[in-house]
Amino acid sequence: MEPIFLQKKKFSHPQQAGPVRHTLSEVFPETATDAAALAYVLSCLPRTHAPILWVQDHLSARETGRPYLAGIGAGRAIITINLSRPVDVLWTLENSLRCHTLAAVIGELWGDPNAVDFTATKRLALRSEASNVPCWLIRHAATPNLSAARARWRIGSAPSALHPHDQQAPGMPRWSLDLFRAHHARPAKWTVTYDRTTDCVDPLPLPRNREVGARDGTARQLTG
Amino acid sequence: MERQGNSPADDIPLTLIVEGTHGPVIHATNRTARTMGVQIGARVVDMRAICPELQTEYADREGDKAALERLVLWARRWCPWTASDGADGLILDTTGSAHLFGGEDAMLIEMETQFSLLGLTSRLAIAPTQGAAWALARFGTVRSICTEGEIAQRLSPLSVSGLRLSAETVQLLHRLGLKTIGALMNVPRLSLARRFVKAALTANPLVRLDQALGKLAEPVASVEAKPRFSAQSRLPEPIFDPAPYLPQLCDNLCDALQNAGMGCRYLNLTVYRTDGDVSHIDVATAASTRDPVHLHSLFRDKLERINSGFGFDLITLTAGGVEAIQIVQTQLDGEAHSDLQLTQLLDRLTAKFGPRSVSYPVVYESHVPERAQRRISNFGAPPPQTAELIKERPIRLLDIPEEVHVLYAVPEGPPAQFIWRRKTHRVTRYAGPERIAPEWWKDRPGTRLRDYFKIEDQTGRRIWLYREGLHEDGRGGDPRWFIHGMFA
Repeated sequence: MEPIFLQKKKFSHPQQAGPVRHTLSEVFPETATDAAALAYVLSCLPRTHAPILWVQDHLSARETGRPYLAGIGAGRAIITINLSRPVDVLWTLENSLRCHTLAAVIGELWGDPNAVDFTATKRLALRSEASNVPCWLIRHAATPNLSAARARWRIGSAPSALHPHDQQAPGMPRWSLDLFRAHHARPAKWTVTYDRTTDCVDPLPLPRNREVGARDGTARQLTG
Repeated sequence: MERQGNSPADDIPLTLIVEGTHGPVIHATNRTARTMGVQIGARVVDMRAICPELQTEYADREGDKAALERLVLWARRWCPWTASDGADGLILDTTGSAHLFGGEDAMLIEMETQFSLLGLTSRLAIAPTQGAAWALARFGTVRSICTEGEIAQRLSPLSVSGLRLSAETVQLLHRLGLKTIGALMNVPRLSLARRFVKAALTANPLVRLDQALGKLAEPVASVEAKPRFSAQSRLPEPIFDPAPYLPQLCDNLCDALQNAGMGCRYLNLTVYRTDGDVSHIDVATAASTRDPVHLHSLFRDKLERINSGFGFDLITLTAGGVEAIQIVQTQLDGEAHSDLQLTQLLDRLTAKFGPRSVSYPVVYESHVPERAQRRISNFGAPPPQTAELIKERPIRLLDIPEEVHVLYAVPEGPPAQFIWRRKTHRVTRYAGPERIAPEWWKDRPGTRLRDYFKIEDQTGRRIWLYREGLHEDGRGGDPRWFIHGMFA
């Protein structure tokens, strides 16, 4: 048992080991209106000035709101595309992935449309890997059916950290991440804290006197 | 000339007004208002005293100027050399072109007819010099025609205002007893020259008189019309599908643009049907371009929307928004522009899904959260300056805030529990309130202030909700609660 992990501050994304190869990832928010999934996706994106192409279908825009630049940070350039049909969302994602200049392509889909099947996700994954542009598919109120996404996450909010000055107020946000299927890493679960000021995601340090049990294996994943 | 677009009835005294130093002043009037004594340049409050039923409308001076510029080019149907004159005049050099319309009389009638078909009143005059035509059109008889020898004779009964002088100079001449141009011509030339030796052009009656009489040359500076880029193909017999001809048309148009060093922002494809009807498709691009393959691809999903009727035998492709584009090599290895891919992608998306679905959000300076972000669809415009963000804001905002049923301990305090979308959320932690007052300069009177709370519920979700108004604030009943956004 090596305690190195506890000292390691920077949370390393399991996909980012070695040279960065971007691919298709799928995110299932625990509840449809939970913004934690979106916040995690944003924290994973490369920090460049290139624009993010953001495709939303009509239902997810109405039910879960639109991206709000004042909260995301005005430094990111976003191009939003609002469509009504899931087929159009997939078409737009696939065509946008040809464009190497985009920082990322984010697609939001509501429910389980027939169009979103294994073939469609396979096409997106291959396109994304060919152009090396990260593609994130956020699936609100969806069931994790068959999919070719290289990493599939289930993400929800967790009770936030203590506020340094105010006992009553919510502090730095915490998210519970569940990587339940991945090509390049072993599935694992984490609870992470997000620091808004430094824009960095830290894994929750385990209490020192905590008995190391089932989480031991997952903790090792982080160092990889 | 007065705009008669969709004007009200002639018996209503109507004026156009502009903002002056001491309140609005009259900019233009219709005939009824003029006969009732309303003067141009007077204040509206004074004229209301004379004519209580006076109707006023704000003048659109920029629009009038743009319309006049278009009219300058439109008037080239009669002669090749036209220019605008002041805010309300056109100068046409009709030398040698009158015979094409059957003489000068017939040409003036033709002009007046065409202008009235556009909804414009016109006062026309033909004279050998620009100054004489100006005076005769404004102060002379209807459609007066003045020949070379009779300028002095035709001008002499007219008022000195006809010499294109400033109001102060006209007033000065009136004080000197010189009311008509004839009286001015009778004054010895030497004394006029001595009196106005240092005066500017608009204050110098001698120079203006010489210009009107033709003793001093006054050339007309015409404007160059922008070249029109268009390609067309005439077909031997009517067809129903323009697709096979489109690549050739795009190639021809882009060749023409290439030769001129121009690119276009809009394309218009028009088919002229055999039954005399016209059908068209418009596409737009995010940046000016002259790439035939790209322009052709913009029509790909749109061609089925064209209504070909019983077939068409003429197709035209016209470029709009033409502007010069420079070829810039951004990389040493001669690779294609990196921006080019993105603009072409946006063009395709706009062409397929419509301009309303593709936009980019920008931060706007406002305290009201829904106004702090705007969506801009025009990718050609430079992105505006971003405002500094101080307060923590949610990363998602609902378009329409959703009303929730709230239980609270103190009326002015945070909620203890609320029901949103049929689920009960228990508030474990909260921050706030942050009070955001309505923007009184923009909101309707009676808009209530908002107290925003960032709350965390039992599952850890962080939600932004607000109470609209206060108890007993006199702006409606009990305050209501709304969910507005979600934090990270």
